[in-house]
Amino acid sequence: MAELKLPASEKTIRDLSVGDFVELSGRMITGRDEAHKWLIEEQRDEVVPYLKDSVIYHCGPVVGENEDGSYDFVAAGPTTSIREEPYQADVICRYGLRGVIGKGGMGAKTLDGLARCGAVYLHAVGGAAQVLARAIPRVEKVFMLEEFGVPEALWVIQVERFPVMVTMDSHGGSLHDEVEERSQAKLKELLGQGA
Amino acid sequence: MSATESYTETFVELIRRASTELPADVLEALQEGRAGEEGGGLACIALDTVLTNVDMAREDSAPICQDTGTPVAWIHYPVGVSTRRLKEDFGAAVREATSRRYLRPNAVNTLTGANTGTGAGRGIPFLHFEEWDEPRIEVRMILKGGGSENVGAQYKLPDGRLGAGRDLEGVRRAVLDAVFQAQGKGCAPGVLGICIGGDRVSAFEETKRQLLRPLKDTNPAPELAELEERLLAEGNELGIGPMGFGGKTTLLAVKIGVLDRLPACYFVTVSYMCWADRKAAVSIDEGGEVQWLS
Ligand code: SF4
Repeated sequence: MAELKLPASEKTIRDLSVGDFVELSGRMITGRDEAHKWLIEEQRDEVVPYLKDSVIYHCGPVVGENEDGSYDFVAAGPTTSIREEPYQADVICRYGLRGVIGKGGMGAKTLDGLARCGAVYLHAVGGAAQVLARAIPRVEKVFMLEEFGVPEALWVIQVERFPVMVTMDSHGGSLHDEVEERSQAKLKELLGQGA
Repeated sequence: MSATESYTETFVELIRRASTELPADVLEALQEGRAGEEGGGLACIALDTVLTNVDMAREDSAPICQDTGTPVAWIHYPVGVSTRRLKEDFGAAVREATSRRYLRPNAVNTLTGANTGTGAGRGIPFLHFEEWDEPRIEVRMILKGGGSENVGAQYKLPDGRLGAGRDLEGVRRAVLDAVFQAQGKGCAPGVLGICIGGDRVSAFEETKRQLLRPLKDTNPAPELAELEERLLAEGNELGIGPMGFGGKTTLLAVKIGVLDRLPACYFVTVSYMCWADRKAAVSIDEGGEVQWLS
């Protein structure tokens, strides 16, 4: 398993392909429904440094606040990515993201954005909130906490060997499409509907 | 049971167990799934991660998954117990469990989008009450995650697209379609709670109740037992695999219940429970003695 350092270059990302297992180390940011809407409504300059050449993690964490005012991620697995399909490609290209982490995969518009702007879709294991929280040793900063609440805020986090699978690459490959096609053929067979 | 006794603390512990300790039958099914996957590919990595995660959650008494779901509970109670009080105590337990971080603040005002912050809200938790002859209270609960809830489905038979008529073969076709549509999106491998018949409300309720059954039990109706087994095998043949990465483990179990229906209606209703199949149960006797059930 390869370690992939963030921020990452376009070349590093374009070398990845579907089926690769990688572990991320470095800085990334969380964002889900409210965040994507917010990022697309207008240019949010304050978050640009945290998005450029890094990845956005579709995650609504359980967060603990320490006495000194710092935060810890208590549970932090991925949420379903497809809800961001209308926004994702634009967010990737406008902010220079190199990747998206989530679960369940995304659609054609995002796949096209990945190819166009040099990024990958990384699948984290859904529900693995503890394994993933332990790979997040530090919370650096948070945007829009008051406005969006804990699960929807944009959390800037440091990750260490954060495990993910490449399921959509920057060359048009999608494991989700492959599995769907294969299972559809099998379904037709089971239903006696021919191929 | 004295009139002043509160069940809140017991219910907080019930919720803690549900959120942080995966039941033995689910763990066993996941381990069997792992043993059946080959080659160390993504399916193996996914299941290994899941199993490690389950251990960590139990050790740390921390939520197995950050989406701690909707608490849904079935409460049996003896004659004379106030269901209004049980409801208050359970609601208080959800708020307390949320402040202790066994639960995520998971209730959102649908119109404003604001999180209630307490874990409780209109319709959350969801409680079913039933009086019985026994002198004790029994509470069985699940935590039903949102990602898996989104891939639940309700079919109205006959269904021309699927060639599904109003019989068990039609049910089979509808359920296989639901498994295909879900792909890995409900955090496969999952458990299916199915209801044949009922109306659009009672049917979904029954699918959730089916999720309380031990994964390895046998349906007392032979034709349903057979269908459960067949659907489990065929669902896995689809090859969707853990997380939809491809593989042999797509379903851990299939559980089917039946309700009577109106002549005009024939619903097949499917609830999908993710691998984080969180269930817990407790019995409280007349003297307030607590016994944890599995
Ligand atoms: S579907 Fe289940 S395991 Fe997956 S994120 Fe939701 S609650 Fe967690």
